[in-house]
Amino acid sequence: MSSPLAEIPVASSERSRDYRRKKKKKAQVQSRDQHHSEPYNAKWKSESQQKLYSSKLVQALSQVRLGGTAAPPRGRTVREAADRALAFVAKGRTRWSRAMLMNRVKLRFRKQRRPGSASVMAALTGSSRSKKPKVRVLRLKGKNLPAVQKKVKVLGRLIPGCRKEPLPVILEEASDYIAALEMQVRAMSALARLLSSAGSSSSSGIDRISDPSPNV
Amino acid sequence: MSSRRSHSRQSGSSRITEDQIADLVSKLQRLIPELRNRHSDKVSASKVLQETCNYIRSLHKEVDDLSERLSELLASLETDSDQAAIIRSLLM
Repeated sequence: MSSPLAEIPVASSERSRDYRRKKKKKAQVQSRDQHHSEPYNAKWKSESQQKLYSSKLVQALSQVRLGGTAAPPRGRTVREAADRALAFVAKGRTRWSRAMLMNRVKLRFRKQRRPGSASVMAALTGSSRSKKPKVRVLRLKGKNLPAVQKKVKVLGRLIPGCRKEPLPVILEEASDYIAALEMQVRAMSALARLLSSAGSSSSSGIDRISDPSPNV
Repeated sequence: MSSRRSHSRQSGSSRITEDQIADLVSKLQRLIPELRNRHSDKVSASKVLQETCNYIRSLHKEVDDLSERLSELLASLETDSDQAAIIRSLLM
Protein backbone atom coordinates (compact mmCIF):
# COMPACT_ATOMS: atom_id res chain seq x y z
CA MET A 1 0.00 0.00 0.00
CA SER A 2 2.83 2.33 0.66
CA SER A 3 4.46 1.71 -2.73
CA PRO A 4 2.02 3.71 -4.82
CA LEU A 5 2.29 6.53 -2.30
CA ALA A 6 6.05 6.41 -2.55
CA GLU A 7 5.89 6.39 -6.32
CA ILE A 8 3.68 9.35 -6.53
CA PRO A 9 6.09 12.07 -5.47
CA VAL A 10 8.78 10.75 -7.79
CA ALA A 11 6.40 10.44 -10.66
CA SER A 12 4.89 13.81 -10.01
CA SER A 13 8.28 15.50 -9.92
CA GLU A 14 9.26 13.86 -13.18
CA ARG A 15 5.94 14.68 -14.69
CA SER A 16 6.11 18.23 -13.47
CA ARG A 17 9.58 18.58 -15.00
CA ASP A 18 8.34 17.26 -18.32
CA TYR A 19 5.25 19.38 -18.05
CA ARG A 20 7.32 22.45 -17.34
CA ARG A 21 9.59 21.63 -20.27
CA LYS A 22 6.63 21.11 -22.55
CA LYS A 23 4.97 24.22 -21.23
CA LYS A 24 8.12 26.23 -21.87
CA LYS A 25 8.35 24.90 -25.39
CA LYS A 26 4.69 25.52 -25.98
CA ALA A 27 4.98 28.99 -24.53
CA GLN A 28 7.88 29.76 -26.84
CA VAL A 29 6.02 28.51 -29.85
CA GLN A 30 2.89 30.26 -28.76
CA SER A 31 4.68 33.52 -28.19
CA ARG A 32 6.05 33.33 -31.71
CA ASP A 33 2.59 32.61 -33.10
CA GLN A 34 0.92 35.09 -30.85
CA HIS A 35 3.09 37.78 -32.25
CA HIS A 36 1.48 37.34 -35.63
CA SER A 37 -1.81 35.53 -35.32
CA GLU A 38 -3.21 36.61 -31.94
CA PRO A 39 -1.71 39.87 -30.81
CA TYR A 40 -5.13 41.16 -29.73
CA ASN A 41 -5.91 38.62 -27.05
CA ALA A 42 -2.51 38.80 -25.44
CA LYS A 43 -2.57 42.57 -25.52
CA TRP A 44 -5.99 43.11 -24.04
CA LYS A 45 -6.00 40.27 -21.56
CA SER A 46 -2.80 41.22 -19.78
CA GLU A 47 -3.24 42.49 -16.27
CA SER A 48 -0.96 45.46 -16.79
CA GLN A 49 -3.17 46.67 -19.61
CA GLN A 50 -6.21 46.45 -17.39
CA LYS A 51 -4.48 48.26 -14.57
CA LEU A 52 -3.42 50.98 -16.97
CA TYR A 53 -6.96 51.32 -18.23
CA SER A 54 -8.41 51.37 -14.73
CA SER A 55 -6.13 54.18 -13.63
CA LYS A 56 -6.92 56.12 -16.80
CA LEU A 57 -10.62 55.54 -16.22
CA VAL A 58 -10.49 56.79 -12.66
CA GLN A 59 -8.61 59.84 -13.84
CA ALA A 60 -11.22 60.53 -16.50
CA LEU A 61 -14.06 60.03 -14.03
CA SER A 62 -12.54 62.45 -11.58
CA GLN A 63 -12.20 65.01 -14.38
CA VAL A 64 -15.85 64.47 -15.18
CA ARG A 65 -16.83 65.25 -11.62
CA LEU A 66 -14.69 68.31 -11.18
CA GLY A 67 -15.00 69.83 -14.61
CA GLY A 68 -18.72 69.34 -15.08
CA THR A 69 -21.74 70.95 -13.55
CA ALA A 70 -22.83 70.49 -9.98
CA ALA A 71 -25.20 67.72 -11.02
CA PRO A 72 -23.94 64.15 -10.62
CA PRO A 73 -22.48 62.64 -13.78
CA ARG A 74 -24.96 60.89 -16.01
CA GLY A 75 -24.46 57.47 -17.52
CA ARG A 76 -23.73 58.99 -20.91
CA THR A 77 -20.86 61.06 -19.54
CA VAL A 78 -19.39 58.06 -17.81
CA ARG A 79 -19.65 56.03 -20.99
CA GLU A 80 -17.87 58.69 -23.00
CA ALA A 81 -15.11 58.95 -20.42
CA ALA A 82 -14.69 55.17 -20.44
CA ASP A 83 -14.52 55.10 -24.23
CA ARG A 84 -11.98 57.89 -24.29
CA ALA A 85 -9.80 56.05 -21.78
CA LEU A 86 -10.13 52.88 -23.85
CA ALA A 87 -9.13 54.63 -27.05
CA PHE A 88 -6.20 56.20 -25.27
CA VAL A 89 -4.92 52.88 -24.00
CA ALA A 90 -5.17 51.50 -27.52
CA LYS A 91 -2.51 54.08 -28.45
CA GLY A 92 -4.30 54.97 -31.64
CA ARG A 93 -2.96 52.03 -33.57
CA THR A 94 -6.36 50.91 -34.75
CA ARG A 95 -8.97 52.75 -36.73
CA TRP A 96 -11.67 52.55 -34.07
CA SER A 97 -9.46 54.07 -31.40
CA ARG A 98 -8.43 56.90 -33.72
CA ALA A 99 -12.07 57.49 -34.63
CA MET A 100 -13.05 57.61 -30.95
CA LEU A 101 -10.37 60.13 -30.19
CA MET A 102 -11.24 62.12 -33.28
CA ASN A 103 -14.91 62.40 -32.28
CA ARG A 104 -13.96 64.40 -29.25
CA VAL A 105 -11.39 66.53 -31.01
CA LYS A 106 -13.76 67.25 -33.89
CA LEU A 107 -16.36 68.65 -31.51
CA ARG A 108 -13.81 70.94 -29.96
CA PHE A 109 -12.40 72.10 -33.27
CA ARG A 110 -15.73 72.76 -34.87
CA LYS A 111 -16.29 75.58 -32.45
CA GLN A 112 -13.00 77.31 -33.19
CA ARG A 113 -11.71 76.43 -36.65
CA ARG A 114 -11.46 73.54 -39.08
CA PRO A 115 -8.01 72.10 -39.59
CA GLY A 116 -7.47 69.21 -41.97
CA SER A 117 -8.35 65.91 -40.41
CA ALA A 118 -5.13 64.39 -41.65
CA SER A 119 -2.96 66.82 -39.74
CA VAL A 120 -5.00 66.32 -36.58
CA MET A 121 -4.75 62.57 -36.85
CA ALA A 122 -1.03 62.81 -37.39
CA ALA A 123 -0.71 64.94 -34.30
CA LEU A 124 -2.75 62.45 -32.32
CA THR A 125 -0.96 59.32 -33.41
CA GLY A 126 2.41 60.90 -33.70
CA SER A 127 3.01 59.45 -37.12
CA SER A 128 2.06 60.47 -40.62
CA ARG A 129 0.20 57.31 -41.43
CA SER A 130 -2.90 59.15 -42.63
CA LYS A 131 -2.82 57.75 -46.17
CA LYS A 132 -4.79 54.55 -46.51
CA PRO A 133 -3.33 51.76 -48.63
CA LYS A 134 -5.65 50.70 -51.39
CA VAL A 135 -6.96 47.22 -50.75
CA ARG A 136 -8.50 45.13 -53.44
CA VAL A 137 -10.33 41.92 -52.66
CA LEU A 138 -10.10 39.23 -55.28
CA ARG A 139 -12.12 36.12 -55.90
CA LEU A 140 -14.37 35.98 -52.86
CA LYS A 141 -16.10 32.70 -53.38
CA GLY A 142 -19.44 32.85 -51.65
CA LYS A 143 -18.51 36.08 -49.90
CA ASN A 144 -19.97 38.28 -52.59
CA LEU A 145 -23.45 37.27 -51.52
CA PRO A 146 -25.69 40.22 -50.67
CA ALA A 147 -26.46 38.71 -47.25
CA VAL A 148 -22.80 38.66 -46.29
CA GLN A 149 -22.23 42.12 -47.74
CA LYS A 150 -25.16 43.50 -45.75
CA LYS A 151 -23.83 41.98 -42.53
CA VAL A 152 -20.40 43.41 -43.24
CA LYS A 153 -21.97 46.85 -43.64
CA VAL A 154 -23.84 46.49 -40.34
CA LEU A 155 -20.64 45.43 -38.63
CA GLY A 156 -18.83 48.38 -40.15
CA ARG A 157 -21.43 50.73 -38.70
CA LEU A 158 -21.08 49.20 -35.23
CA ILE A 159 -17.34 49.68 -35.04
CA PRO A 160 -16.45 53.37 -34.87
CA GLY A 161 -14.55 54.64 -37.83
CA CYS A 162 -15.08 51.65 -40.09
CA ARG A 163 -18.05 52.62 -42.21
CA LYS A 164 -16.32 52.66 -45.55
CA GLU A 165 -13.62 50.11 -44.99
CA PRO A 166 -13.29 46.90 -47.03
CA LEU A 167 -13.95 43.47 -45.58
CA PRO A 168 -10.50 42.41 -44.29
CA VAL A 169 -10.00 45.75 -42.52
CA ILE A 170 -13.37 45.44 -40.82
CA LEU A 171 -12.60 41.90 -39.71
CA GLU A 172 -9.30 42.91 -38.23
CA GLU A 173 -10.73 45.96 -36.48
CA ALA A 174 -13.56 43.78 -35.12
CA SER A 175 -11.14 41.36 -33.47
CA ASP A 176 -9.27 44.12 -31.72
CA TYR A 177 -12.43 46.03 -30.84
CA ILE A 178 -14.09 42.99 -29.26
CA ALA A 179 -11.05 42.21 -27.13
CA ALA A 180 -10.85 45.86 -26.03
CA LEU A 181 -14.56 45.99 -25.16
CA GLU A 182 -14.21 42.83 -23.07
CA MET A 183 -11.40 44.44 -21.13
CA GLN A 184 -13.47 47.58 -20.68
CA VAL A 185 -16.34 45.52 -19.26
CA ARG A 186 -13.99 43.70 -16.90
CA ALA A 187 -12.40 46.89 -15.62
CA MET A 188 -15.69 48.76 -15.20
CA SER A 189 -17.39 45.89 -13.38
CA ALA A 190 -14.42 45.57 -11.04
CA LEU A 191 -14.62 49.29 -10.32
CA ALA A 192 -18.36 49.06 -9.75
CA ARG A 193 -17.86 46.13 -7.36
CA LEU A 194 -15.25 48.09 -5.46
CA LEU A 195 -17.45 51.16 -5.12
CA SER A 196 -20.60 49.25 -4.25
CA SER A 197 -18.92 47.12 -1.61
CA ALA A 198 -17.32 50.19 -0.09
CA GLY A 199 -20.61 52.04 -0.19
CA SER A 200 -22.66 49.26 1.34
CA SER A 201 -20.23 48.71 4.18
CA SER A 202 -20.26 52.39 5.06
CA SER A 203 -23.57 52.26 6.92
CA SER A 204 -22.84 49.03 8.76
CA GLY A 205 -19.12 49.11 9.43
CA ILE A 206 -17.87 52.64 9.87
CA ASP A 207 -20.86 53.84 11.84
CA ARG A 208 -20.39 51.10 14.33
CA ILE A 209 -16.78 52.03 14.77
CA SER A 210 -17.35 55.77 14.96
CA ASP A 211 -20.34 55.50 17.29
CA PRO A 212 -19.50 53.01 19.99
CA SER A 213 -22.61 52.00 21.82
CA PRO A 214 -22.40 53.21 25.37
CA ASN A 215 -22.01 50.12 27.51
CA VAL A 216 -21.81 51.27 31.02
CA MET B 1 11.53 39.22 -64.74
CA SER B 2 8.12 40.78 -65.18
CA SER B 3 6.54 37.65 -63.73
CA ARG B 4 8.77 37.94 -60.68
CA ARG B 5 7.78 41.57 -60.25
CA SER B 6 4.07 40.77 -60.46
CA HIS B 7 4.58 37.90 -58.03
CA SER B 8 6.26 40.17 -55.52
CA ARG B 9 3.48 42.70 -55.89
CA GLN B 10 0.92 40.01 -55.20
CA SER B 11 2.57 39.13 -51.93
CA GLY B 12 2.41 42.80 -50.87
CA SER B 13 -0.42 44.44 -49.00
CA SER B 14 -2.31 45.53 -52.09
CA ARG B 15 -4.08 42.20 -52.72
CA ILE B 16 -5.87 40.15 -50.13
CA THR B 17 -6.44 36.48 -50.89
CA GLU B 18 -9.39 34.47 -49.82
CA ASP B 19 -7.21 32.44 -47.46
CA GLN B 20 -6.37 35.55 -45.55
CA ILE B 21 -10.02 36.45 -45.25
CA ALA B 22 -10.89 32.92 -44.11
CA ASP B 23 -8.09 33.22 -41.58
CA LEU B 24 -9.47 36.51 -40.26
CA VAL B 25 -12.98 35.06 -40.08
CA SER B 26 -11.75 32.05 -38.11
CA LYS B 27 -9.80 34.30 -35.78
CA LEU B 28 -12.92 36.37 -35.19
CA GLN B 29 -14.90 33.22 -34.58
CA ARG B 30 -12.49 32.18 -31.86
CA LEU B 31 -13.11 35.44 -30.02
CA ILE B 32 -16.88 35.10 -29.86
CA PRO B 33 -17.90 32.89 -26.94
CA GLU B 34 -20.97 31.52 -28.72
CA LEU B 35 -19.06 30.12 -31.61
CA ARG B 36 -15.90 29.06 -29.83
CA ASN B 37 -17.19 25.57 -29.06
CA ARG B 38 -18.32 24.65 -32.52
CA HIS B 39 -16.02 23.21 -35.09
CA SER B 40 -14.73 25.94 -37.34
CA ASP B 41 -15.62 24.17 -40.59
CA LYS B 42 -19.31 24.06 -39.91
CA VAL B 43 -19.75 27.75 -39.28
CA SER B 44 -20.33 29.89 -42.32
CA ALA B 45 -18.93 33.37 -42.72
CA SER B 46 -22.41 34.83 -42.61
CA LYS B 47 -23.08 33.23 -39.23
CA VAL B 48 -19.76 34.46 -37.85
CA LEU B 49 -20.56 38.01 -38.97
CA GLN B 50 -24.06 37.84 -37.50
CA GLU B 51 -22.79 36.57 -34.18
CA THR B 52 -20.08 39.23 -34.19
CA CYS B 53 -22.66 41.98 -34.62
CA ASN B 54 -24.80 40.52 -31.85
CA TYR B 55 -21.83 40.16 -29.53
CA ILE B 56 -20.64 43.72 -30.12
CA ARG B 57 -24.15 45.02 -29.51
CA SER B 58 -24.40 43.06 -26.25
CA LEU B 59 -21.00 44.35 -25.15
CA HIS B 60 -22.11 47.92 -25.91
CA LYS B 61 -25.24 47.39 -23.84
CA GLU B 62 -23.21 45.95 -20.98
CA VAL B 63 -20.89 48.97 -21.04
CA ASP B 64 -23.92 51.27 -21.02
CA ASP B 65 -25.41 49.46 -18.03
CA LEU B 66 -22.10 49.58 -16.21
CA SER B 67 -21.79 53.31 -16.94
CA GLU B 68 -25.24 53.90 -15.48
CA ARG B 69 -24.33 51.94 -12.39
CA LEU B 70 -21.01 53.74 -12.03
CA SER B 71 -22.72 57.12 -12.35
CA GLU B 72 -25.17 56.11 -9.61
CA LEU B 73 -22.34 54.94 -7.40
CA LEU B 74 -20.39 58.12 -8.02
CA ALA B 75 -23.50 60.12 -7.16
CA SER B 76 -23.73 58.23 -3.89
CA LEU B 77 -20.24 59.46 -3.14
CA GLU B 78 -21.61 62.96 -2.93
CA THR B 79 -22.90 62.20 0.55
CA ASP B 80 -21.00 63.53 3.49
CA SER B 81 -20.24 60.27 5.25
CA ASP B 82 -16.69 59.61 6.36
CA GLN B 83 -16.41 56.61 4.12
CA ALA B 84 -17.43 58.63 1.09
CA ALA B 85 -14.82 61.24 1.91
CA ILE B 86 -12.13 58.56 2.11
CA ILE B 87 -13.14 57.08 -1.22
CA ARG B 88 -13.30 60.49 -2.80
CA SER B 89 -9.82 61.33 -1.64
CA LEU B 90 -8.55 58.01 -2.98
CA LEU B 91 -10.15 58.39 -6.37
CA MET B 92 -9.52 62.02 -7.04
